[in-house]
Amino acid sequence: MYGSGILRGLGVTLRHLVNTYVEDIRWGFRRHIPNEAFPQRQGLQTRGIFTVEYPDEKLAVPERFRFIPFLVVENYDHPERPGHDWCTSCGICAKVCPPQCIWIVRGTDPVTNRPKPEPEEFFIDIDICMNCGLCAEFCPFDAIKMDHDYELASYDRTTAHIYNKQHLSKEFNYWKAIAPTRAEEEAQARGGWDHKDVIKQREKEAKAQAGGPTRPTVTGP
Amino acid sequence: MADQSPAVETVNPVDDAINHLIEKFGAAVQRDTRDGYSGVIVDPAQLVRVGRYVRDTLNYEYLANAAAVDYLGKGDHLEMVYHTYRVSGGPALVLKAQTPREDAVLPSLVPVWPGANFQEREAWDLMGIRFDGHPNLKRILMWEGFAGHPLRKDWKEAYYEQDQKPFDSRWPGGQVSRSEEHNAYGKNVKYPDGFTLDDYESLAEKAIYDTMPLGVDVSADISTDRVVVSLGPQHPSTHGVFRMVAAIEGETIRGLEPVMGYLHRNHEKIGERNTFLQNMPFTDRLDYFCSLSNNLGYALGVEQLMAHGARWEAPSRRAEAIRVLMVELTRILNHLVAIGFMLNDLGAYFTPLMYAIIERELILDFFEAVTGSRMMCNYMRFGGVAADLPASLRSTANQVNDRVREFDTMQYLRELIHDRLPRAVDQTDQLLTTNEIVTSRCIDVGILSKEDAIAYSAAGPVLRASGVPYDIRRAEPYSLYPELEFDVAVRYHGDIYDRYLIRLDEMRQSLRILKQILPILEETKGQSFFSGRGGIYSPRVPAGESYGRAENPKGELGYYIVSDGGQNPWRYHVRAPSFINLTALEQMSKGNKIADVVAILGSIDIVLGELDR
Repeated sequence: MYGSGILRGLGVTLRHLVNTYVEDIRWGFRRHIPNEAFPQRQGLQTRGIFTVEYPDEKLAVPERFRFIPFLVVENYDHPERPGHDWCTSCGICAKVCPPQCIWIVRGTDPVTNRPKPEPEEFFIDIDICMNCGLCAEFCPFDAIKMDHDYELASYDRTTAHIYNKQHLSKEFNYWKAIAPTRAEEEAQARGGWDHKDVIKQREKEAKAQAGGPTRPTVTGP
Repeated sequence: MADQSPAVETVNPVDDAINHLIEKFGAAVQRDTRDGYSGVIVDPAQLVRVGRYVRDTLNYEYLANAAAVDYLGKGDHLEMVYHTYRVSGGPALVLKAQTPREDAVLPSLVPVWPGANFQEREAWDLMGIRFDGHPNLKRILMWEGFAGHPLRKDWKEAYYEQDQKPFDSRWPGGQVSRSEEHNAYGKNVKYPDGFTLDDYESLAEKAIYDTMPLGVDVSADISTDRVVVSLGPQHPSTHGVFRMVAAIEGETIRGLEPVMGYLHRNHEKIGERNTFLQNMPFTDRLDYFCSLSNNLGYALGVEQLMAHGARWEAPSRRAEAIRVLMVELTRILNHLVAIGFMLNDLGAYFTPLMYAIIERELILDFFEAVTGSRMMCNYMRFGGVAADLPASLRSTANQVNDRVREFDTMQYLRELIHDRLPRAVDQTDQLLTTNEIVTSRCIDVGILSKEDAIAYSAAGPVLRASGVPYDIRRAEPYSLYPELEFDVAVRYHGDIYDRYLIRLDEMRQSLRILKQILPILEETKGQSFFSGRGGIYSPRVPAGESYGRAENPKGELGYYIVSDGGQNPWRYHVRAPSFINLTALEQMSKGNKIADVVAILGSIDIVLGELDR
């Protein structure tokens, strides 16, 4: 029958329409209880339309989500070196960066005039950054990580969009909060929750004290 | 399944063909003996004859790729490279022709392969090789007020800083500055000598209008004037900033010329400044619907080169399985959305597209959790992938966002592949296939014959809908495809409706592949996902050339890469399927109504990021 194809198609749209209301009624007010409703409604089981009402509702992003990088610094309540940079200004992130948006001024020791392993300045031009995540992938010190904060609107791009070291620095606990699994994997690879160099230093001291190699254990900070 | 893998031929067919050529043409054809190179170098005077012979007698009738290379300081010549294939499958016969850098001229191969048309225009535009006998040789991506040929090695862009990345100014004394503050020209543009913007009249515009077949047709019952209509660049049906200039008679198309380049950013020049690895995230930006497939093509190209070097290990089985999983999911999402957009062009305002986008969201959620980004995935590496599949697709509540989801990865994939996506494909089928409006608008409209499809170098669904069962996954298999069971979808009418149907077929075949991939993923759990050494951001790529090709959802995506052994590619050329499929647009559109052109364009499925590069 001519027109039956159109009717069949309309059946599909009708099903979508009905399903959307069925889902709304089924969830009712529980829609606003995020932990219950979201995995169901924003997953494969959902039927009908599943719009997220941004900015009233914001989907949490997965751990691996990557946005503009940030610099990891020691926790602000760290007993020995609070707020100390994890970055050693080795320059690998600046070299691997595809759009070349990272600028680093390597620190120098004022006494000996030799380079020292911490950055004097660190800039990222977030207008150029393409969020590829290569800097975080190749950083040997776990010192630069991709952030989850994607709301960056500002009024003036010429000044506000060049982030300096102060703007970029976030304490290690922040990284642990946004990516717990990966932070733990990395800590395991390093051999502890501290910075690679600190762990090495500690190992060396322990060796000197005990006169033999000891294995560091993973402990919470 | 083993009997499905292609039989190993004892005689290399390409070697055989080259011997034939040398026998027939003598000194005019020479083997390319440079280290890491293959194919033959042809005397330009004989190029057209050799081309005809290759096409007609040796049956290499499909010209996949034509790219120009500038060997400044390495012989100081320009070289045009043609990759020709047999439609029955097998490796490429590569023809090359060299010409001096000053006054570069080569004979045009358009009379032999019409598919060379846009590619030769591109080579003229970007590399400055003049093609004798080309029917319409003018710039294609740039405009005529553009100075120089930007892909030449001695051409420098406005924001030129250094020949190769990484730039020295970034470290250790990296004082930040924005490139706008210091650029080489003082301003952003440079014009050719003698060019002024005062009383400027676009020669290109004039040329377009001049070549249009105008005049009054008195043979028809009612004599009508032919008029030229410009569709686009700002037009919702052109999928971006793309323009078609059509000569119409009444409502019937008599001639049509695509005008492009509005989104041109010289991807290839950027690619030559980049190191090999740095190009990976840039490939995401080509066809931004299918970033993972783009990644794979590029990885294949560079891996071909790296395979000649020492200390190379092929990707593990798990890495290959993950790659196939990703690109087949990409194919499904691309085809769903392509059908949606095509229906938009037919006037089905957004309903099919939105249904497609619902399913696409669910695939993108998976991509986001695995790769870290929804569209710009940057996931493949030379020798594997960037990270293994996570145990669970989890999002964590933190200071920033609070709506949390958590799914087990394999469970999610199983449901997606066995339940959700098949239902989505069936739903699309039910919604559209028998719809009378769709059938009356699509059947017998925009026909591309089998012969034309091959001659015009059409690729992917456009080629297969015209009755050519050519799929690189079978014709020149890569990754895990030799052991996977699937059929090459093919349809025979070559009209819009078949190009729609073939996308449904391909989605069903992709689902078949994905169902076979799931057990492989289970069984390879725990294997390494990357075969190289970790932390190497500048892998050694031996000198030579390679052409990595992958069957992208839109057609053959090829990367012609020349390495000189350094850390940057010497030449990085992208064979973009959207670009080359458009060569046949005029052929498909002629004789149809102007409203159909929009539908025809939708059925080709172009993406401007890749088209304009």
